[in-house]
Amino acid sequence: MIPPAFDYARPTSVDEAVRTLADAGEEAKVLAGGQSLLPLLRLRLAFPELVVDVGRIPELRGVREDGDMLAIGALTTHHDVVHDPLVRRHAGLLAQATETVADPAVRHRGTLGGSLAHADPAGDLPAVVLALDAELVAVGPGGRRTIPARDFFADYLQTALAPDELLVEVRVPKREGWGFRYEKFHRVAQSWAMVGVAALVRRDDGHLAEARIGLTNMGATPLRASASEEALAGAGDAEAVARAAQEAAEGTRPSRDASASPEYRAHLARVLTKRAVLAAAGMG
Amino acid sequence: MTHISVTVDGTAYEDDVEPRLLLVHYLRDRLGLTGTPIGCDTSNCGACTVELDGASVKSCTVLAVQADGCEVTTVQGLARDGEWTPLQRAFHERHALQCGYCTPGMIMAARDLLRENPRPSSDEVRKALEGNLCRCTGYQNIVRAVLAVAEETSASERQSAQGQSAQEVTA
Amino acid sequence: MTDQAVEPEVGRARLRKEDARLITGQSNWTDNISVTGLLHLAFLRSPMAHARIERLDVSPALERPGVIAAFTGRDLADGLGSLPCAWPVTEDMVLPDHPPLALDEVRHAGDPVAVVVARDRYAAADALEAIEVDYEPLPPVLDLEEALAEGAPLVHADKGTNRAYVWPLRTGEDYESVRQRADVVVRRRYLQQRLIPNAMEPRAVAVAPLAASGEYTMYSTTQIPHILRIMLSVVTGVPEHKLRVIAPDVGGGFGSKLQVYGEEAVALAVARKLGRPVKWTESRSEGYLATHHGRGMIQDIELAATREGRLLGLKVDLLADMGAYLMLVTPGIPILGAFMYPAIYKMDAYEFNCTGVFTTRTPTDAYRGAGRPEATYAIERAMDELAAEVGLDPVEVRRRNWIRHEEFPYTTIAGLTYDSGNYEAATDKALALFGYDDLRAEQRERDERGDAVRLGIGVSTYTEMCGLAPSRVLRDLRYSAGGWEAASIRMLPTGKVEVVTGTSPHGQGHVTSWSQIASDVLGVPFEDIEVLHGDTQAAPQGMDTYGSRSLVVGGSAVHRAAEKVVEKARKVAAHLLEASEDDLEFKGGVFSVKGSPEARRTIQEVAFETFTSHDVPDGMEPTLNAEHLNDPENFSYPHGTHLCAVEVDTETGQTRIRSYVCVDDVGRVINPMIVEGQVHGGLAQGIAQALYEEAVYDAEGNLVSGTMADYLVPSAADLPEFVTDRTETPAASNPLGVKGVGEAGTIASTPAVVNAVVDALRPLGVHDVRMPCTPERVWEAVRSAQAGQKKEASA
Repeated sequence: MIPPAFDYARPTSVDEAVRTLADAGEEAKVLAGGQSLLPLLRLRLAFPELVVDVGRIPELRGVREDGDMLAIGALTTHHDVVHDPLVRRHAGLLAQATETVADPAVRHRGTLGGSLAHADPAGDLPAVVLALDAELVAVGPGGRRTIPARDFFADYLQTALAPDELLVEVRVPKREGWGFRYEKFHRVAQSWAMVGVAALVRRDDGHLAEARIGLTNMGATPLRASASEEALAGAGDAEAVARAAQEAAEGTRPSRDASASPEYRAHLARVLTKRAVLAAAGMG
Repeated sequence: MTHISVTVDGTAYEDDVEPRLLLVHYLRDRLGLTGTPIGCDTSNCGACTVELDGASVKSCTVLAVQADGCEVTTVQGLARDGEWTPLQRAFHERHALQCGYCTPGMIMAARDLLRENPRPSSDEVRKALEGNLCRCTGYQNIVRAVLAVAEETSASERQSAQGQSAQEVTA
Repeated sequence: MTDQAVEPEVGRARLRKEDARLITGQSNWTDNISVTGLLHLAFLRSPMAHARIERLDVSPALERPGVIAAFTGRDLADGLGSLPCAWPVTEDMVLPDHPPLALDEVRHAGDPVAVVVARDRYAAADALEAIEVDYEPLPPVLDLEEALAEGAPLVHADKGTNRAYVWPLRTGEDYESVRQRADVVVRRRYLQQRLIPNAMEPRAVAVAPLAASGEYTMYSTTQIPHILRIMLSVVTGVPEHKLRVIAPDVGGGFGSKLQVYGEEAVALAVARKLGRPVKWTESRSEGYLATHHGRGMIQDIELAATREGRLLGLKVDLLADMGAYLMLVTPGIPILGAFMYPAIYKMDAYEFNCTGVFTTRTPTDAYRGAGRPEATYAIERAMDELAAEVGLDPVEVRRRNWIRHEEFPYTTIAGLTYDSGNYEAATDKALALFGYDDLRAEQRERDERGDAVRLGIGVSTYTEMCGLAPSRVLRDLRYSAGGWEAASIRMLPTGKVEVVTGTSPHGQGHVTSWSQIASDVLGVPFEDIEVLHGDTQAAPQGMDTYGSRSLVVGGSAVHRAAEKVVEKARKVAAHLLEASEDDLEFKGGVFSVKGSPEARRTIQEVAFETFTSHDVPDGMEPTLNAEHLNDPENFSYPHGTHLCAVEVDTETGQTRIRSYVCVDDVGRVINPMIVEGQVHGGLAQGIAQALYEEAVYDAEGNLVSGTMADYLVPSAADLPEFVTDRTETPAASNPLGVKGVGEAGTIASTPAVVNAVVDALRPLGVHDVRMPCTPERVWEAVRSAQAGQKKEASA
């Protein structure tokens, strides 16, 4: 199918982009890699008056260290995230999960910032940045602000970004020495996650000192499996992990769609949490 | 209308296009490069895969304006003076195509894989092609073809490496 | 030239002549067609499953930029009749009107109501949004059983019923009395989900009119240029001889392009009305609504058997989802299956009943296998259930019932005469390749260990009827046309050869295989042969490509036509060599006189002589050509044994295929490489039905799996490596000894996979998992079986 007509702007700086968005009001859409937006346009599920292509703003691309944080430009492609040595070293969970996003061609175009700003609860990366306790940096007419990941995802396909704000950077705390695992459950290789579990664990003396678990597609936004996280603290063996994982679906509100029922999703969340934590902790 | 300049298969083009024009429609309808077909509207099938500045992309999910200033390579730009690339030859020799509709995209996706991973395992080939659907072949011969090229390349590399070490010995 | 032994072409893995343009991007898909002044069509489609069109105004579309015209069904009604159904399976079948553009009522989501004509595809797509339609919703009809109930809402109110037809078959003894004497009766209900064929090339059609002479050239993504030409001339009134239909490169069909589509008829009507060339290309998600679906049946199957597992009788009751209209062969699809339920087994009684039911969904029609996969699935699933019931290994229960190789030719309970086969040989070979006994041992060991990931082993010993079909049989089945195929061969003055075939390939490699066949008969090099097809002007006669018929019927026609060429050439050669025909040998393309090998003429020389016609026998017509129209004497019956091992994770319900082995017997093989490819592709589609694909509708009749993101066509990453092998029992019913192969893999594999899934779970108390065996369905089956067992234990 064919996208509806729209006007097009291609700012070359963040300031210009923000000005363009501010002038356009509610009817503008930001185009980064376009791998979520273009299918929506082609199916005529979105009718923006203006598309603001931020793809040529060089400062939005790339990964750098900033103290105990990694600063990842919002426009860094999935492909580059997967292959970036800094990401692999300090945020292995993000690299591992990003490798499961769509397929290689889509990963060449799709961007980290775009995925997060699209805020599809079935997308893999929102739950991952939640588990990582990342911060999202937005620039608007009023300047720059930092939004913790837990405050970023507002609702289904909705974020805390104002229409005239641009997501410019994702800041991820370095977590060296943490074990990690992204367990994605899907029916065919390129389909969306039916449920995904992003697990980060810190071991201390044979026990789990701390676990951080993000859930994909268990509600309108990505969620933390807080009850399981609490129960996992101090877990020393596979049985304890399995028991704690039983609480993974607490407080979630998974949807019903053609691919799964809420009950089944809740069950998967428990099973996958167990598996992800065991793998992350090297107990599997 | 937005002005773009794009190099496709080595030829430079300048055009005014509607911003919404999909790269694949630009290639097919404006440039007449119909070697790249369209198979879906959700970027699932990969039939339209081309290279944009050396990386595989689905040209149905890229706007022509996004390709402004870029180099595009399509399946039509692969053969040189009628000489097929190793992947094209391998697809032919291993019967990796039947109706051939997915073939241009499949070859472009396989090129991408071999660039990043010249010696993939069979599972790696399957994984790398997950975004390219074929309804005829069951994929087995496609996987065989890609593996055959990988083996050929590494065999010839081994040979030239052997040649080199032989030279070193004599030197 | 020397008399060295020439290696026969038939049997060689010749690389395909077709490939060069396909791998270099020089193919000619219908959407590539561009002619000066080409206009683009876009169709406005119903967003509802069932509604009355209260108001329809296309005039606002005309205000949009680039729009040339817009039409409703009424605007085009003059000269646009009902779309055809060529298979009225019973005398009293209910045949509703099927206007190419809906007139008063829409009957499935995607039913087209208007067409826009614009200067480019973007303008056409935009203009659709300007068309004004008011729909008055009507109740959807979705459930096959409810649709038949008294007082159910009707898809076609004027017909007074949703029952399209009832088609019975009773053969052998009376089933009920056979059932009385059975020790065991296995009764099961299986659901054949709807499938979307998903040929990789979406449909497209282009029509170029030559207005002054009333001539039209149509390019279409069709499997059936010849049938399409006839049918469209009936639908539109364009005389058949003024319509040329070309199927250029066609990107797969699998039955979905065996159709006469409304868009084709409308494109022709619009081109006629405007006198300008037009083109339409569907988008994938549009095709999900507008291109016919496959399968869609409820199957009630009952086996009556002895306690030793010997079949006595079989009873099958089908409800078949026709969808909203009866398209080209919609009603006949389940009837093709009717003869296949008894499969390879001997029994005393067979009772079959099929009821065709209208629903407010996209029409169903042929999809790879068309009726036979459904039949094979039901019988092969039920045979496993029988095995479990009588405590036999599933392979053993099959052995006890199948036709033994020395019993061929064998007339089955359904009345088909299987000409040849060897089920024992194929099965033994498959079991060995698969390592059946070792896998069973591993399965027992893991079962005892209580492994949460369970191993399952599935078998399917299938046969199928293909090579459609003897014309008289088709008459008896009330099909409106014959089943013959045409071939003609022209030897050109320079010794090159043109083979003209009535088959219309779209991926099957006919150009290569037909060249191999002709090369052997004519003694002309493979490279010197060209095959013309898919254009009613270049290949005026033919019945096209579907039902695994092309090689069996069309390839045989090529073979016979080539023999006729040689016969004529022999007469000329005898004349030139001043010898009697009986004294001539023909080998490797050379006629020579027995005993004096220096007296010789090549067939190429003879071709030139007949071209000049300077010195040919009296009364002989010039040039070396021949034609053969082949009406087959029987169907062909490929068979084989497929074995599948799956790992089922009972925690998540996920199934992974661990190994897949098949041994197929497709008779003599022309090109083993192409045959293997056909099997691979067939397996992929059959496995996809077992595990992945389903057209899902919601309670309002909307297609939920409406894009390729929701309808799960498996990729390379989702399918296993296949181990394929063959036995070769030549068919007795055609000169090549060949059997069809295009659908075999699809037919065989679905039950093999589901049998494996159920086999993995049977010790847990699971007897069935509905297709596709999604993780949730598997999980649910395990859960409810366990709940049931607990209940039993506590009772």
